Amino acid sequence: MSGSPEMLSCREVVELVTEYLEGALSEAEEVRFEEHLAMCDGCAAYLDQMRTTIALAGRLDPEAVDLEACDRLMHAFRGWKADPEGRAE
Amino acid sequence: MYLDTLVLHAMPSTEAQHPIATPEDMRLVDALRAGDEQVFRDLVERYNASLIRVALMYVRTRAVAEEVVQDTWIGVLRSLPRFEGRSSLRTWIFRILANQARTRARKEARSVPFSSLAGGDAPAVDPDRFLPVDHSAYPGHWATPPRSWGGLPEEELLARETREHTLAAIDALPASQRTVISLRDVEGWSSDEVCDLLEISEGNQRVLLHRARSKVREALEDYLNGRAA
Repeated sequence: MSGSPEMLSCREVVELVTEYLEGALSEAEEVRFEEHLAMCDGCAAYLDQMRTTIALAGRLDPEAVDLEACDRLMHAFRGWKADPEGRAE
Repeated sequence: MYLDTLVLHAMPSTEAQHPIATPEDMRLVDALRAGDEQVFRDLVERYNASLIRVALMYVRTRAVAEEVVQDTWIGVLRSLPRFEGRSSLRTWIFRILANQARTRARKEARSVPFSSLAGGDAPAVDPDRFLPVDHSAYPGHWATPPRSWGGLPEEELLARETREHTLAAIDALPASQRTVISLRDVEGWSSDEVCDLLEISEGNQRVLLHRARSKVREALEDYLNGRAA
């Protein structure tokens, strides 16, 4: 972790994480990003936490539908079945 | 759904913007056209919450968002004869929603979001956690680096409480960030699909996703550090 000008700081690295994960960094930026990561435990832990965060979000279930709304929609569905073009309206 | 995801991932990026309907999509549409109530119920259960989330980006209240989503489902049914499979069923349903929500927002004279992304400038991590940028040896480097979660037991990360904290952090986000992280990370949409639906640039989408993920990570860190202490 030297402070040379071409070296990314940790503060910069945390702002590039999403672009890195999205493959949106240029090749040169990606090299600098990975060079930093190889030498910095803090940023390696940070990237790992972001990956875990994404994985945890991916494990969430879409919130259950409230039953009342579902009943209303099923009612609408039956109405549509009886009158598909909505002519009765 | 599993098949749908596989197909999306297998597609070359140039085509990913308009994933076409899968055989499963066509089967569902045929069943709906034939009036299959169970198929309709399954779709509602699968997508209703996400539809409300997206609608909330455009309209002010949950009640109005729910109305927009109701109208969307009716719109889906009425438009069934016109479904030709040029997009996935999911994309098609969400497009109908986005159109309905935009129309409703115009009626409410509410400007459609994303015009101002000014809030996107907040840093991903509290600046106090870094050494000052004029620090002699390590400018801008961690003063308080994050602790690795690698040592946490798997059960801790998968625990219901962790899930609840993740969900609460997502719910607390501004609507546009919440929508993007929900579609991308919870629902597993591709970046192209999200940009297409919300009519935003890839750059804007990335900014919103970045802010959202950063805040959810921070909330999880607060929670998990508290557990470890």
